[in-house]
Amino acid sequence: MIVEEFADGDSLIHRLDPRVKIIVAALFSTIVAVSDRFRVLLPALIIGLILIMLSAVPVKKLFMRLVPVNGFIIFLWLFLPFTFDGEPLFAVGPLVATNEGVYHATRITLKSNAIVVVLIALVASTPVFALGHALHELRIPNKIVHLFFFTYRYIHVMHREYLRLVNAMKIRNFRPATNIHTYRTFAYLVGMLLVKSHERAKRVYNAMLCRGFRGRLYSLSRFSLKSIDVISFILMLAVILGLAVLE
Amino acid sequence: MHISEGVLSPGVLIAGAGLTAAGVAVGLRKLETKEIPSVGILSAAFFVASLIHVPIGPASIHLILNGMLGIILGWKAFPAVLVGLALQALLFQFGGITTLGVNTLNMAFPAVVCYYLFGWGIRIGNRRLVFILSAFAGGSCAVFLGSVMVGLSLYLSGEAFLPAAKVVVAAHLPVMVIEGGLTAVCALFLRRVKPELLEGAYVPKQSS
Repeated sequence: MIVEEFADGDSLIHRLDPRVKIIVAALFSTIVAVSDRFRVLLPALIIGLILIMLSAVPVKKLFMRLVPVNGFIIFLWLFLPFTFDGEPLFAVGPLVATNEGVYHATRITLKSNAIVVVLIALVASTPVFALGHALHELRIPNKIVHLFFFTYRYIHVMHREYLRLVNAMKIRNFRPATNIHTYRTFAYLVGMLLVKSHERAKRVYNAMLCRGFRGRLYSLSRFSLKSIDVISFILMLAVILGLAVLE
Repeated sequence: MHISEGVLSPGVLIAGAGLTAAGVAVGLRKLETKEIPSVGILSAAFFVASLIHVPIGPASIHLILNGMLGIILGWKAFPAVLVGLALQALLFQFGGITTLGVNTLNMAFPAVVCYYLFGWGIRIGNRRLVFILSAFAGGSCAVFLGSVMVGLSLYLSGEAFLPAAKVVVAAHLPVMVIEGGLTAVCALFLRRVKPELLEGAYVPKQSS
């Protein structure tokens, strides 16, 4: 259930230096998030789709990911067209939708999807451990990077523990419903997860001390900027600059 | 409670990122190197717990648990939430880079507030009623404050968001009650089974 779906491909984008990908994705998201014009947002979405094609992400999986992202956007569509002042466009009963409202909602939809698509193409296509080391190289504080590694590593372990507990509940014929018994059971489930995590943390830390842990994690792979990294970095910077100028 | 990319105005995004950076800085100063494995594994447990869906009538909600997080971790909730949300953005594409600051603030700030407001009630060893009430208040207030902050982030991005913001807060009212109850029962369970987890909230230096 918790898997890096897009990380294990082999494409031009998968082979790029993670540091380049993080910086480009961050700059791109920022520019798109602050821009407000269609002539920026449309090209941004197209650039995102081009990157997706380059990264050879399966289209079906991509759509599966875009559905929950757009849930919040659809929620906003229920309100925005009607709450903006401006030229009336159409009316549903007493509610009047305005041109400006529809424009604004469209802008948000474009922005959101452009950013998420680029995030999938560039960042989700990188293995989490490579990302962690890249963040370290980018001078993110050590403690955050370590916390990132530990949390990611143990999400899977805790998820397996969770599934085990849920299985035990099912075997005892637990059926969730809207009643006190259900809520109490879920509370115990959460409590048990925390207890298990605490006990495991103690064991893990002791095991790390036995192996000489002194507050540093070492990466076996070294990042090196190849010419393809530099070229794509400059190319993407130029594109982002172009978007900024358009705005 | 996640706000998607591209919705908020630049001002709100920058303010959120700045305040989160400050909160994370405080949290990191309190976080000792040797505590990192414990806090990391604990945040992993919270990450998994937040995937649990609890039925409520015909629908279901997923747990947020930022009250419990605050009670156990205090200021360290900031880095924990930051990392958790970054991983959610990576693995599920909920939220993203530019909204990371605002989303972290909306979840972690209520956690810290509840730690200060209700942590003392958890600390009092033998007063069972006070303990239960504090845990309930911590769990529900964290969710309420969080939803108010989500609504406020929307509203500050544009007045047209006001109705949507109100609906966000209203939709969290039943969640609030459930989270409060769950937090209270869960805290009682921890008090019986593993009281040192709750003590970690006010004894930051745990000996290992």
